[in-house]
Amino acid sequence: MNLMHLSLLEQTMLVLSALALFLSFALLAQARLTTMVHLFAWQGGLLALLTAVVATVGGAHHLYISALLTLSLKALLIPWMLHRLIRRLQLERHQERLERQALVMMSGAALVIFSYWVVLPVARLELADTRNVVSLSLGIIQLGMLLMVVRRQAVAQVIGFMSMENGLFLAAVAATQGMPLVVELGIAFDVLVAAVLFGVFFFHIRESIDSLDVDLLTRLSEAEQEKLASEAEGDA
Amino acid sequence: MVDFLNPTGWALALLQMLLFSAGAPLLIAWVKRIKSRLQNRRGPSLLQPYQDLRKLFGKEAVMAHTASPVFRAAPYIVFGATLVAASVIPLLAIELPTTAIADVIVLVGFLALARFFLALAGMDVGTSFGGMGASREMLISALAEPAMLMAIFTLTMSAHSTNLSSVIEHVLDAGLLLRPSFLFALLGLLLVAVAETGRIPVDNPATHLELTMVHEAMILEYSGRHLALMEWAAQIKLMLYGVLLSNIFLPWGIASRLDAGSLLLGLVVIVAKLAVLGVILAVSETVVAKMRLFRVPAFLNLAFMLSLLGMLSHVILEVGA
Repeated sequence: MNLMHLSLLEQTMLVLSALALFLSFALLAQARLTTMVHLFAWQGGLLALLTAVVATVGGAHHLYISALLTLSLKALLIPWMLHRLIRRLQLERHQERLERQALVMMSGAALVIFSYWVVLPVARLELADTRNVVSLSLGIIQLGMLLMVVRRQAVAQVIGFMSMENGLFLAAVAATQGMPLVVELGIAFDVLVAAVLFGVFFFHIRESIDSLDVDLLTRLSEAEQEKLASEAEGDA
Repeated sequence: MVDFLNPTGWALALLQMLLFSAGAPLLIAWVKRIKSRLQNRRGPSLLQPYQDLRKLFGKEAVMAHTASPVFRAAPYIVFGATLVAASVIPLLAIELPTTAIADVIVLVGFLALARFFLALAGMDVGTSFGGMGASREMLISALAEPAMLMAIFTLTMSAHSTNLSSVIEHVLDAGLLLRPSFLFALLGLLLVAVAETGRIPVDNPATHLELTMVHEAMILEYSGRHLALMEWAAQIKLMLYGVLLSNIFLPWGIASRLDAGSLLLGLVVIVAKLAVLGVILAVSETVVAKMRLFRVPAFLNLAFMLSLLGMLSHVILEVGA
């Protein structure tokens, strides 16, 4: 594909989607939860802008509504809710250093290459001029999944989940000029409800194990934990 | 195609080398000036670096008893290699014989040669500071070089040439294109340039604090004309990176023909670009704090990720099926 054949707006689309992919990498590397929420909000804002650009390029006016929806939900409302959660859970200063950060980043890059290879046959379908964005969006989905695998903090995992949804949305917008508005509304409110439910879950998890580190969830019950403790005392 | 027998071309190449060595202290002074203004100080005059250099050249060069010939030769090698590296980069005009001979990998090679001798000279006398500075410099450059090469490969893949003047010509021919790969390569190269020229947040050129210094630790034993050459080489290196960044990513204004009018325009434009770049550098140095040495790998890791993303987005978005 030659860039010179694309209009300036279509080039803007490519740049915006590449920036969204970069933000996924930044999410992967970021240790502070509050900064992660900010990055997530920026990714949502980029997606909203991208949707508006696609709407202008394709003359699809219903996409303006979905751009507005994305902006208000993913760039403003959900980040605000996550912020409030982090404040109420007193995790503002929480930092989680990734072990083997360089390795995680390199595997992220490998995942992007893998998703390019997977999408190659799809890209041969004559969709739009900017069909290559599909492989980037698959990359964003996989990076979100990687984030959920490597992080142990429940809030970080939820942000990974939401950024996966961002990738799906990007694929829908870039390849097929967006989903029908009904579907889009459904998904948007799904995500919103998920955010609310996750908030409730955070408090439950913290009440039962006194932490949001999901690695601690491998212990089955408090009784077993006490048994282990008493055995250790017996040995001593 | 460049005419290698054209004497004007060679004269211009020589003039460009002179401009590099004459302009570099001015760029440093400009950055210092802006930084002082941002910190509510008056700051030194714009001619201060020239006066410093003149003073140092007039002084006797003192040598340690343990210094070997490497220590004596290193300033000349470092200065020479940096100056030759500068001549590879198109400053005013594209079609110069020196830029046509050498490509961008040679440029990286010259810079590596200069750095190698700088580190050797740091270790030569046997003081602890010199060795420490040399090992730190090697750590930084070993991490910065892959990022720089990756960014450069991104550019050369778009232009199908590793020659800098062909890359610039390619960018000029294409007109205004928003390329995601160039955006990422620019950001990656900016971070690399900050690390390689020893600016904040990687190294602070204004202090001799033993805990943090990198470049200053290596040249601690030098005095007189040797010190002058070392400092001058560091100033040229900063200007070299500035010209590289501004002429590759925003080449508009550079002379593509060798007549007086377009050369003069090229001079004015490059001075304006470097002035703007100097302001950006000064502002970022005022806003950002110096980071711990052990954070530098993460910083350069980011640079490498940016360059890698540039490469990926070139392959996926700009070439892809």
